[in-house]
Amino acid sequence: MEILETVFVRNSLVVAFAVVGLTIWISYFLADKLTKGRIHGSAIAIALGLLAAYFGGKATGGSTGVADITLLGGIGLMGGGMMRDFAIVATAFGVKLSELKKAGLAGVVSIFAGVIVSFVVGAVVAVLYGYTDPVAVTTIGAGAVTYIVGPVTGSALGADSDIIALSVAAGLIKSILVMIGTPLVAKTIGLNNPQSAMVFGGLMGTTSGVAAGLAATDPKLVPYGAMTATFYTGVGCLLGPSILFFIVNAIL
Amino acid sequence: MIIYGVALLSACLILGMLIGEVLGVALGVQANVGGVGIAMLFLVLSSNSDKFKALVKGASGTGIQFWSAMYIPIVVAMAARQNVIAAFEGGMLAVVAGVAAVIVSFALVPVISKIGNSDTSSQESQ
Repeated sequence: MEILETVFVRNSLVVAFAVVGLTIWISYFLADKLTKGRIHGSAIAIALGLLAAYFGGKATGGSTGVADITLLGGIGLMGGGMMRDFAIVATAFGVKLSELKKAGLAGVVSIFAGVIVSFVVGAVVAVLYGYTDPVAVTTIGAGAVTYIVGPVTGSALGADSDIIALSVAAGLIKSILVMIGTPLVAKTIGLNNPQSAMVFGGLMGTTSGVAAGLAATDPKLVPYGAMTATFYTGVGCLLGPSILFFIVNAIL
Repeated sequence: MIIYGVALLSACLILGMLIGEVLGVALGVQANVGGVGIAMLFLVLSSNSDKFKALVKGASGTGIQFWSAMYIPIVVAMAARQNVIAAFEGGMLAVVAGVAAVIVSFALVPVISKIGNSDTSSQESQ
């Protein structure tokens, strides 16, 4: 056991490659045999990943899912921000400039619409739950934007830590739901071309959610969605503690 | 050489991240503003340009394609390291806020895509 642990820990990233590869093989097998290809293999793999993260978190009490399990520490590096961004940028290889230009305006509109709509929805829910303090309502609304905008806004406005935790939770729920829900609603919302993918990325904004959701829908759409999504958090951090807070403050 | 493609990809990411970081500071925001998106633009521009042909064609290009193909496995690993427990410990308010935000945003996708579409079709008719 000790030898096993030593080898696994010393080669953590390589272990992660093997484990993820096995997970994807199982997922594609299940997608093929059980759902006859109706559900994309990568959608099942992502769902398995989230499920594993739940049990990993439960078992260790840590905050990074299975990566807190000593033997699987490499998952943390493989699925971390650095590798994610590196691979996302690589998906832009082969993207046509003309497609980007075509969806440029709609993409920009979608980023602002996405931030404002998610904020308003989150803020209204907070008010419905009885919050009247403008700082709390703004922080929870910002959490519905993304789990990064929530704490950035909350700490800028001096919100209590339990409100900030709530805003992070709202953002995490959003991110997870986008990962799982996107392939299910893709057809209904017309998510099948570069242009709607850019609008989708701008509206959803959660980079992890958009990245995984589009991967499970159609990997060809990933670069378009990711491109707009990466501007979303920045715009959210810009608007949250400023204009959006002033508006909430004026209303409440 | 495969490393040429990988190096180009890395250079794009680092340059994009630096610009995103500078934008964040300039706007007074505690976040990287569009660093990855800017990096993607650099990669699109350089892979469409003749000047960088040696870095994106043939074996060099496979260095970029490899990382592009590793995207889904990396996303699966990313899913496996999310703080799923915390997401559900936030209670009903967090769940309702998160779910409602997603539903409304999903519903807006066809609406805003249409705005873009009518724009491009009017440009084409001109």
